[in-house]
Amino acid sequence: MISNLINRKIFTLLKVQYSNMLEYRVEIALWAISGIIPFFMLNIWTNNNLNESINISDVLLSRYFLCAFFVRQFSVVWVVFSFEEDSLMGKISPYLIQPLNPFFRYFAQHLAEQITRFPFALIIAFVFFIFNPESIWIPNLGILILSILSTFLSFLIQFLIQSILACLCFWTERASSIERLLFIPTLFLSGLLAPVVSFPAYVKSWIYLTPFPYLIDFPANLLSGNETNISRGLSMQILWIFLLFPLFKKIWSEGTKKYTAMGS
Amino acid sequence: MNLRKYLKVYKKFLHTSLASELEYKTNIIVDLITAILSLVGSIFLLSIFFQNNGYIGGWKFEQALIIQAIYTILNGITNTWFNPNLTEIVKHIREGTLDFVLLKPIDSQFFISSKKINPSGFLEIMLGILLLFFCIRINQINLNLSFLTLSLITISCSICILYSLWFFISTTTIWFVKTWNAIEVLRSFLYIGRFPLNSFSFSLRIFFSVFIPIAFITTIPSEVFLGLSVLWKILLEVMVATVFLITSRKFWLFALKFYSSASS
Repeated sequence: MISNLINRKIFTLLKVQYSNMLEYRVEIALWAISGIIPFFMLNIWTNNNLNESINISDVLLSRYFLCAFFVRQFSVVWVVFSFEEDSLMGKISPYLIQPLNPFFRYFAQHLAEQITRFPFALIIAFVFFIFNPESIWIPNLGILILSILSTFLSFLIQFLIQSILACLCFWTERASSIERLLFIPTLFLSGLLAPVVSFPAYVKSWIYLTPFPYLIDFPANLLSGNETNISRGLSMQILWIFLLFPLFKKIWSEGTKKYTAMGS
Repeated sequence: MNLRKYLKVYKKFLHTSLASELEYKTNIIVDLITAILSLVGSIFLLSIFFQNNGYIGGWKFEQALIIQAIYTILNGITNTWFNPNLTEIVKHIREGTLDFVLLKPIDSQFFISSKKINPSGFLEIMLGILLLFFCIRINQINLNLSFLTLSLITISCSICILYSLWFFISTTTIWFVKTWNAIEVLRSFLYIGRFPLNSFSFSLRIFFSVFIPIAFITTIPSEVFLGLSVLWKILLEVMVATVFLITSRKFWLFALKFYSSASS
């Protein structure tokens, strides 16, 4: 009964958000385009033969960056920006009265956006293959499922981190600047701009203990068929989710106690 | 000429926006750390590229650092002036408050592009200038008058091009209403400005100098610093900057004809 109710809620939320997102197709297409930085990086790598030093062939590297693009497309999170706006405008108040954690709403928003984004990402990949026909490959079903799973886990980790930051809105008015700060290590260490294997040894020694390489590098390596440690990657992702989730619950319950609606 | 009036108005703008921004003091510190980390990150990325190669696109590491410095300065300028103002246009148009701007007895483009200022960008500009001085030392560049005038001219041209690009995209809001993501696309393209143009393949080089003149923004000023630049390139940059400024002005006036306020 209860699970049925939750299912129905989630389904309705998804449906509402999906139709909402479909209204902004152009926006989402543009957003998909704004994610093409990995391709520019690939261009620098192959054009200067930088990949020879890290022993990755041109083809594998181009697959890697294509997968990095895909993983990034489906793990983009912006909950802190929506939440900040809603909480500054006082829109959170009605959400808090509803018998549903407002973060479900944002979660559904993100999922719906990903579904809307999917065709655009496919088009970009298609264009990429036209220019690089030699890098076409078909991953086997098991790998495909595992990499979809790990991309989803990466999305979950980022969603949790941002939700924790978003809850800081209850204390300070501008939590999004902290997110911009955290975005910098994510950008440089996650493997979006350069695969983690290419990092110097003094970085590689500690980076695998942080969540960053599991956000993009691990799923992208998995999907593109580059060498990676599957069991370690998945278990680290799950470990980080288990660490972050209680933290989120704690900060959420503290924050809602602290919350005072606008004008009260 | 009512230049004095504009100066007076601008002084008032500065005062009000500084007062409102300084309310969020911790925010400014967070932004400073973000700027530092972002510079460290891109130097880290650059060092990965140069790990086993002496040259990238004909540039040595020390020379490529100049590009980073100029990029940081320009990014600081973007964050101080362009970003806070031009994202405001989107809001003006969505909420119909552009009416009030148009009714004021001053130029609407002036009002819209200078109303706000974000002081945390200053720190980024200073960071960039520091790095630039460091680069001048390690590259043993002789400072003389002609060099200084040339570098000032090219950098101001870059600023004009950058401003026009931002203003162009923001102006399209009049038709498309929500162009947040178009701005993101521009941002991701501008990211290319961190690397020497020659490190990209031929087709991308053409794209970035003809369609979106990112090549002009950072590479030409850096070449001036290294004494590599030729006269026709500098003249071309001046021309491109003038054309961009004039067309962006024309485009704004043209777009205003299509502005029909909200709910009308």
